[in-house]
Amino acid sequence: MKLTTLLMSATAMTVAGSAIAEEMTIVSWGGAYSNSQLKAYHEPYSEKTGVTIINDDSSAEAVAKLRAMNEAGNVTWDVVDVVAADAIRLCDEGLALEIDADTQLAAAPDGTPASEDFGDLIVSDCFIPQIVYSTTFGYRTDMVPDGVEPPSEICSVFDLETYPGKRALEKRPINNMEWALLCDGVAKEDVYDVLETEEGQDQALAKLDTIKGDVIWWSAGADTPQLLADGEIFMGSTYNGRLFSVIEEQNQPVAIMWDAQVFDLDGWIIPTGLSPEREARALDYIMFATDTQRLADQAKYISYGPARLSSAPLVGTHAELGIEMAPHMPTDPANAANTFLYNYEFWADYRDDIDAKFQAWLAQ
Amino acid sequence: MVNPTSESAFVQFDRVQKSYDGETLVVKDLNLSMPKGEFLTMLGPSGSGKTTCLMMLAGFETATHGDILLNGTSINNIPPHKRGIGMVFQNYALFPHMTVAENLSFPLEVRKMGKSDREAKVKRALDMVQMGDFGGRRPAQLSGGQQQRIALARALVFEPELVLMDEPLGALDKQLREHMQFEITRLAHDLGITTVYVTHDQTEALTMSDRVAVFDDGRIQQLAPPDQLYEEPENSFVAQFIGENNTLTGVVKSVSGDACVITLDSGEEIDAKPVNVSQPGERTKVSIRPERVEFNKDRLNPNAHTIKAQVKEFIYMGDIFRFRLSVAGNDDFIVKTRNAPDAVKLTPGETIEIGWLAADCRALDA
Amino acid sequence: MADTTANGPVLAADGTPLKQSLARSLRRQKMRALMLIAPLLVFVLLSFIFPIASMLFRSVENGIVQDTLPETVAALQQWDEQSGELPDEEVYAAFIRDMIIAVDNKEHTRLGSRLNYEETGMSSMFRRSGRAIGRLDPVEDAPFKEALIDIHDGWGEVGTWQTIKTHAVPLTNGYFLNAVDMQRTVDGAQAQPESKQILITLFGRTLQMSLIITGACILLGYPIAWLLANLRMRTANLLMILVLLPFWTSLLVRTSAWKVMLQQQGVINDTLVWLGLVDDAARLVIINNQIGTIIAMTHILLPFMILPMYSVMQTIPPSYTRAAKSLGATNWTAFWRVYFPQSVPGIGAGSILVFILAIGYYITPEIVGGTKGVFISNRIAYHISSSLNWGLAAALGTILLAAVLILYWAYDRIVGIDNVKLGG
Repeated sequence: MKLTTLLMSATAMTVAGSAIAEEMTIVSWGGAYSNSQLKAYHEPYSEKTGVTIINDDSSAEAVAKLRAMNEAGNVTWDVVDVVAADAIRLCDEGLALEIDADTQLAAAPDGTPASEDFGDLIVSDCFIPQIVYSTTFGYRTDMVPDGVEPPSEICSVFDLETYPGKRALEKRPINNMEWALLCDGVAKEDVYDVLETEEGQDQALAKLDTIKGDVIWWSAGADTPQLLADGEIFMGSTYNGRLFSVIEEQNQPVAIMWDAQVFDLDGWIIPTGLSPEREARALDYIMFATDTQRLADQAKYISYGPARLSSAPLVGTHAELGIEMAPHMPTDPANAANTFLYNYEFWADYRDDIDAKFQAWLAQ
Repeated sequence: MVNPTSESAFVQFDRVQKSYDGETLVVKDLNLSMPKGEFLTMLGPSGSGKTTCLMMLAGFETATHGDILLNGTSINNIPPHKRGIGMVFQNYALFPHMTVAENLSFPLEVRKMGKSDREAKVKRALDMVQMGDFGGRRPAQLSGGQQQRIALARALVFEPELVLMDEPLGALDKQLREHMQFEITRLAHDLGITTVYVTHDQTEALTMSDRVAVFDDGRIQQLAPPDQLYEEPENSFVAQFIGENNTLTGVVKSVSGDACVITLDSGEEIDAKPVNVSQPGERTKVSIRPERVEFNKDRLNPNAHTIKAQVKEFIYMGDIFRFRLSVAGNDDFIVKTRNAPDAVKLTPGETIEIGWLAADCRALDA
Repeated sequence: MADTTANGPVLAADGTPLKQSLARSLRRQKMRALMLIAPLLVFVLLSFIFPIASMLFRSVENGIVQDTLPETVAALQQWDEQSGELPDEEVYAAFIRDMIIAVDNKEHTRLGSRLNYEETGMSSMFRRSGRAIGRLDPVEDAPFKEALIDIHDGWGEVGTWQTIKTHAVPLTNGYFLNAVDMQRTVDGAQAQPESKQILITLFGRTLQMSLIITGACILLGYPIAWLLANLRMRTANLLMILVLLPFWTSLLVRTSAWKVMLQQQGVINDTLVWLGLVDDAARLVIINNQIGTIIAMTHILLPFMILPMYSVMQTIPPSYTRAAKSLGATNWTAFWRVYFPQSVPGIGAGSILVFILAIGYYITPEIVGGTKGVFISNRIAYHISSSLNWGLAAALGTILLAAVLILYWAYDRIVGIDNVKLGG
């Protein structure tokens, strides 16, 4: 009798203990980006639910790590921030949970279902969009030659005569191949049809060849801002949020050339293989963190556009700098005159093939 | 100043000083000259400067001041490899990656000697140390004694006129060491080589050398043939360092020619031979060898002083008896007697009177 | 009685053969020794041997096609892939049956990703077709050939079915062929198109650069190790701290620091321009190329060369050099004939260490290597983390491992591995 009581109270304590120590691991990119999520999502969520959130800055290796965890049968992450292309791959590999936007995500304040509010930004069944960011060019304003207009359109990247100096491009084919074709006379709507062909790929590489000697190839997002700040390059591609901080926070003589910026998406996935409780909690977090207000809040801390249509009017001023954030969004009409949307389907198919060619071309 | 014997000197140290740090001298004003063919041993406790002297002679250390002359010419500025001095190192320093024959051949090769000459010389040198069959072995495959022989052969193979040996027998066991002592002296004399030998083992020094230089505190305390060193130490350090020795301290009471009377600190009076003292009133340390102490009054001069001694301990050592006595406040006064049929056996606790011939008790520096 | 007979085994006191008796008495000791190392053994097995073995197995493992499309693979056996004709309805029906199950289990996209490594476009074909096929009924909606080709043109191409059949083997040499710039095709092993050939070049470059880095480490490290071994204790300790200092900062920080040093507006170029040695307009390009990689990696790996050299040199008594000089050798001869040969084991140990570490480096080449200074490991990392082509990554890794083992073996044959010393 006594023993039973003891056991029961012990069990009760264990249950209570686990309830108190409820925690979840959220994986993201680290740095300013994670910080914006902490302020906009994590802190309010913890306050509301009492769940402790553990940050893990592993998004760069998320796909490989999730696959390894899944194979080992021990998934320790609850929610993972990935780019759309990675979400598609995780979904293909069966490593990410499929989400029904209308039932599992919050509707807009006016009642518009989430699937409409996000629209075609839901590029995969497993992907919950969060922000729109763009890969675009920044340049040193003090290195523009005298008597020349600052570069305003993408092809100035390939114009070494008017704009001499080093360029920084990402060490991968994505984006670079598109820009090369655009500047080699291919119409915007034909770019991917051309790139599907052997000749089109050669054409793009041949165009890149014209500036190859003046290119520094980057692989980490922080590279181009640093190279710009050091005066090591004249112009370079990077994420618009990074350029924002170089310009507005570090006050470097740098400006953004928005022409032919490539839109890309970043968002959440929930790994498969979670226990039902953890999965429920992850879904609860997602429902909270991707509602209209929360997405608009994130833009107070970083210059990436919220993925919901309904969030756009709510974007305010930067939390510390106090400047209006809307004009710094890649989605702002003034910036988005000529844009390009990353073609996920195309790159999911051609990425490895073209990457091999691209690397072989680089090594030449 | 060049001293008179310099004409015939083969190796000469002339007012040599050595300091490593510019503050203290490791070798203080060293003068030494040795004729060709002599076997000279530098003996002394560690840190006495003997090895430094050897290294200066070999050229691995430079003299801070003074000249070292070889065959009459200064070698201060001659690098070691041009001095042509053979050397045997403490741990033999046989090159482990070469065979025995290659080790021996090395000094001949660097002298650009032809192959057939080299082989003949190597063979001769190996035969000389009775190691003729070991040419193909590696040093690691040899015993300590064998390595020692090879090291010796290598130091001799290029026929140097001077050979330096730095405690070469230190790593060998007693029996082998004694055998090698004999072998080395035999070789040195047969070949007529001049040898400078460094050791801290006094037995080794006494048995091998023509002359021994006793080092202490950076100076040569005494340079003399072994018998003279033992029997006529010139100062209390040498007396203490060489062989067993009893010491008593006191003040000179009177001096008359070859004998003097010392008043010990305990008040008793003894006979001694004045060596480093000349005036009454001078403080002195007297030194008496254990085997020169006499129990039998009849064997002393009639008017000789005697002194009371209490027997503390008796040690039976086979060929000799050894007694520990308490004499004039010194509890470690040792006396040795030969185990002869008429030998006295004293028992601990017994009080006796002892004495000695004045000539056997040397009044040295205090 | 003697314990031995003329031709029998030696017997113990109780009549059992002595060998058996000895083995029994030793078994206990062995068991005890085994128990002592058991935790380590289990740890090494679980955390090292097993993962490596399973990773290596991935380089040939290819069960996915057969597991996902068992009926299709069986049906394709009847089809002559060289005929140029599409397979018949039987294959299509089998494929639909397989796919319905696969779509249910969400396995079809995974298969698509796998086959996309071989034939670009497969990934989207499986993904897009999946939904449509999931709606089909395996009995009522027959025949399927036309229906499937309607869903996606790709199913009407002979190449698609050739790819499936070619890669249906449970154990494949495909990854290894890919790893040496070849591919497994319906006509057997073929070279990759020239525009995609990169891996052999990278293997060659990795070996070449690792050798150069090892050589640079020997040249720079030898004098330092010698100084360490011959200076007075206090000075040597100070120098040792300087040698070890790089170990106390993270690899990434050190590599990034080199970036600041080497870039065109960096410290070295600025200094050279200031000294007037280099024209401002012609600043040296010493980063984002092979030079950058060699400089940064030599710096990072130098301690691994110096430490084994130092520990070997420390055991060489100064009396050897002295002995050589007393025997008439000049400084150079004494060094070259006596000191150097004895320090070779240290060089050997350091070289093996540095070379093996260098061959697997990827962070530093990635950051400072630009396009010409990257290693094969960068491609391995790409296939592990970006393309998820773990089979190819494993094949590349296996080849690298084999290369290291072969070099190790060659080293053993030439120099002798017992001539390698990591310490006293």
